[in-house]
Amino acid sequence: MSDSVSVRVNGKLVTVRAGSTVAVAVVASGATCRASVTGQPRSPLCGMGTCFECRVAIDGEPQRRSCQVLCQANMEIEANG
Amino acid sequence: MDSVKHLRFDVAVVGAGPAGIAAALAAADSGRTVGLIDDNPAAGGQIWRTAYNSARPSASSIWFNRLNKSAVQIVRGARVFHAATGELAAESDESGIQIGYGKLILATGARELFLPFPGWTLPNVMGAGGLQAFVKSGLDISGKRILIAGTGPLLLAVGAYARKCGAKVIGICEQTTRSRMARFALKMMLIPGKAAEAARLAFELRGIPYWIDCWPVAAFGNRRVETVRISRRGQTSEIECDYLACGFHLIPNSELPRMCGCRLRQNFVQVDDYQQTSVSGIFCAGEPTGIGGLELALVEGEIAGYAATNWEDRAKHLFAKRDHYQKVVRILLDAFPLRPELKTLARPDTLVCRCEDVSHERLCEHASWRAAKLHARCGMGPCQGRVCAPATEFLFGWQIDSIRPPLFPVRCSSLAVNPSHSAPRN
Repeated sequence: MSDSVSVRVNGKLVTVRAGSTVAVAVVASGATCRASVTGQPRSPLCGMGTCFECRVAIDGEPQRRSCQVLCQANMEIEANG
Repeated sequence: MDSVKHLRFDVAVVGAGPAGIAAALAAADSGRTVGLIDDNPAAGGQIWRTAYNSARPSASSIWFNRLNKSAVQIVRGARVFHAATGELAAESDESGIQIGYGKLILATGARELFLPFPGWTLPNVMGAGGLQAFVKSGLDISGKRILIAGTGPLLLAVGAYARKCGAKVIGICEQTTRSRMARFALKMMLIPGKAAEAARLAFELRGIPYWIDCWPVAAFGNRRVETVRISRRGQTSEIECDYLACGFHLIPNSELPRMCGCRLRQNFVQVDDYQQTSVSGIFCAGEPTGIGGLELALVEGEIAGYAATNWEDRAKHLFAKRDHYQKVVRILLDAFPLRPELKTLARPDTLVCRCEDVSHERLCEHASWRAAKLHARCGMGPCQGRVCAPATEFLFGWQIDSIRPPLFPVRCSSLAVNPSHSAPRN
């Protein structure tokens, strides 16, 4: 098993350690996860699936909690923060 | 995708942290079928969350070995969103899951209490446990400047962990008073094992300032936190950092127990000596019954597992051990009450509900949680008030008056997993 995994965050290639969550890839890319209802940038708060601040679109599916999903090779992540 | 999977267990355990693992193993001793259901990608809960860069902590390996050898069926990545008599409805990434059970053990753990202050919504302002979980999930913090704030011993554990991961921990701000801290330290020293634990932690944290009577007042930054203003013994100062890790103690995840009709007492799930809740056949163990940490969670889990499989004798043998750890909990609760100054941090325009961006001043127009929810949409977003409701309880004394399904936002197709009976209500 490779010890790193590459995904795309807003089109940008990001390589993180294997086993990292999607939230980690988003932060590593320099992006923030989502824009709040009044347009503020947000990123993870609780780190454990409770706060929903880490929502992103993964492979076209919106509103996924990125801290609960592990990175898979070639995932396309859209973070609108 | 989107089919419905059906599972049935003699004993269903919700939550695969230490309490849930201990409960599942104890229940499996009887030979009954046991399902261990958790919403995370892997078992372990928060404290035993597997770190990407290291083996599991040694204390946990004995439990994981037992779990791997046991007949317990682990259902990972399943979020329970509805409960009825004898039945749970859950959702995974692939499908809805209907879970029938004979006995139910709730080990849903705890989350952090977050309190609003100006700038707390900025990216890189995280929970203290939140940052730790994020690092264990792969976040690289080597060389990053981290300020830790809030209350309780968790801050110290997070500080030690962050340093071990290569971060520069600038300081730890503890809101409690000097006199409470001194009394706490003295009492802990009298408990076997705690003195050694404290000494080890002190060694790991050597050189990192630990400020008592200190709390964050505001965070500033352009798109992420850059500076934090802290209050320390009546003086304010500003500290530059890359992350602010800030948690004000733990609060129980009591949504599912409440949906099951379990009675609460002062926010915690009320249980009898055998960890049985007010609902016959439903047990609860670990943090939802009272914040008590790892050892208490394990022993409560074992008691619940044995009691749920009619092995009262075995459960009884563990009562003395549980009493011991409960004593530690009482010392903790005495030491870290939240100071009233923390209620005054939010400014009129500070957001309290982060999902719907509801400001403090909009909440001030209302007299109750329900009114704020109906008129200002506070708590109406995806987190369902998990962050803002405990904050408004602290700020305004509000109480959530009802818990309704689904407990989490779910796919429409998962609503087809509809428990056939309505939950018992008190």
